[in-house]
Amino acid sequence: MKILVAIKRVVDPGVRVRPLADGSGMDIASAKMAMNPFCEIAVEEAIRLKEQGLASEVVVVSIGQQTVQDQLRSALALGADRALHITTESILEPLAIAKVLHALVQKEQPQLVLLGKQSIDGDHNQTGQMLAGLCGYPQGTFVSHIECKGDEVWVTRELDGGLQTLALKLPAVVTTDLRLNQPRYPTMPNIMKARQKPLVVIPLAELGLSLQPRLQTISIDAPKARQQGIKVNSVAELVDKLRQEAKVL
Amino acid sequence: MNTSKKVGALVLVELGASGFSLINLKVMGALARLGEFTSLEVDLLVAGKDCAAAAAMAARVPGIRQVLLADDDRCEHQLPETLAPWLAHLAQDYAYVCVGATTFGKNLLPRIAALMDLQPVTDVVAIESANEFKRPVYAGSALAHLRTEQSIKLLSIRASAFGEVALGESSAEVVAITPPPSQTISRFISQQQVQSERPELTAARVVVSGGRGMQAGENFQLLYQLADKLGAAVGASRAAVDAGFVPNDMQVGQTGKVVAPELYIAVGLSGAVQHLAGMRDSRVVVAINKDADAPIFQAADYGLVADLFEAVPELIELL
Repeated sequence: MKILVAIKRVVDPGVRVRPLADGSGMDIASAKMAMNPFCEIAVEEAIRLKEQGLASEVVVVSIGQQTVQDQLRSALALGADRALHITTESILEPLAIAKVLHALVQKEQPQLVLLGKQSIDGDHNQTGQMLAGLCGYPQGTFVSHIECKGDEVWVTRELDGGLQTLALKLPAVVTTDLRLNQPRYPTMPNIMKARQKPLVVIPLAELGLSLQPRLQTISIDAPKARQQGIKVNSVAELVDKLRQEAKVL
Repeated sequence: MNTSKKVGALVLVELGASGFSLINLKVMGALARLGEFTSLEVDLLVAGKDCAAAAAMAARVPGIRQVLLADDDRCEHQLPETLAPWLAHLAQDYAYVCVGATTFGKNLLPRIAALMDLQPVTDVVAIESANEFKRPVYAGSALAHLRTEQSIKLLSIRASAFGEVALGESSAEVVAITPPPSQTISRFISQQQVQSERPELTAARVVVSGGRGMQAGENFQLLYQLADKLGAAVGASRAAVDAGFVPNDMQVGQTGKVVAPELYIAVGLSGAVQHLAGMRDSRVVVAINKDADAPIFQAADYGLVADLFEAVPELIELL
């Protein structure tokens, strides 16, 4: 079984980012970048499936500027076999990303497509569902457990009120939740080896897609700041404040 | 700019374990706000199995045109592979299609959108006009103000951002519609609901959350006692969930549930940015933590630097 994993380069989750003062976007020009944590989990799961002998090849793909190759190389160092870099200077919306991935699915014919459930920058939580829709494949979203059973993949999903298990006919699209696995770290020899692995660059224009943005960003602003709070000295004072001042008890 | 011509809005009704979910009333709250900019006729769609009671409840939502009901085996478990193609077809007749930004809505809406070649706006927290919306990005560190010229607008509504409408006494008409054709690419196997006597986390007026500082699952009993005193729901940080103290559906944060209660009490919880994303809109935030430098104190209206194992029992005593 061939697995395609889509990964995204985002601001490192440990970095506090703020909007630019003019509302034109986020102040990320000098921020440390990293692979989106949910994508790391998707890569890890693909590699585990390969280690269990259930997958024959793991292909990683990312869309964006030259710099996304850093994250593709990271994925190769973790154990992916080859990488595809779709080059574009534009920031694409989830629908456009799903269309690009759909074109690659048609080309590569993977049995399983793994994505993170959301990116920690846009927080959309859409791409995997959209891709599944475009491909006509079943979808397993917010997945915390995967089991391959013949021509199906059984997935356990995290819902608001508990857990749900579904059986999906392959080929399928699965998006990962945090509890699916604990991603490994690449070792130095593997980082060296990753440099030799194939990374194919495909200009977005070559896919012949029409990807007009559907949303216009008017501004990106800081949320309303909270008033600076106070420290109380005792539980009794806390209860008093909540009763008299905040009136929530 | 209220136009005299009415446009249609379709609400995809979520069916929880107990039938008609509260989130639907929040979605109606968002539509009430949208109604300030454009004149709306709202239909509610209930698709499920043995969901006549939920449809009857939906019919009591004030000011709606009708409830469309597909009560059929094929709609059981609301699999997106079944519902999305059918809903993409039904949605053509509406200017807006809305759903709560819950796991149900997040799972279903983007698939419908892709089939309609539309880009939805998810996690809407503010409605600025008939085609301008705000949604949080970067774990709530910023709000994106977006405009869309798409003829059909697909929106998922963040529950914590809108008030709920109250159910009325009178009932709108419930119209049976043809359910979607069955499909063979996905099957439901099983579901485990978490049983709880306490209010639902995303709807509770008071939330008590524990973090890694709780040290063990059994210590959450303390928080349950406190919650019972306050009629509160109990939440947790990711650290507490990952440590196995509590099940993961209790997680509050960017990757868990987003809550905005009247009162949020964070106990033994450091306040990572991903956690703050899930509770930053709470009206009053209380932090109890023995580390005076914990970031949660930056987000708290009232902070108490104390050992939670002394402070929480004392708090239970005083309430």
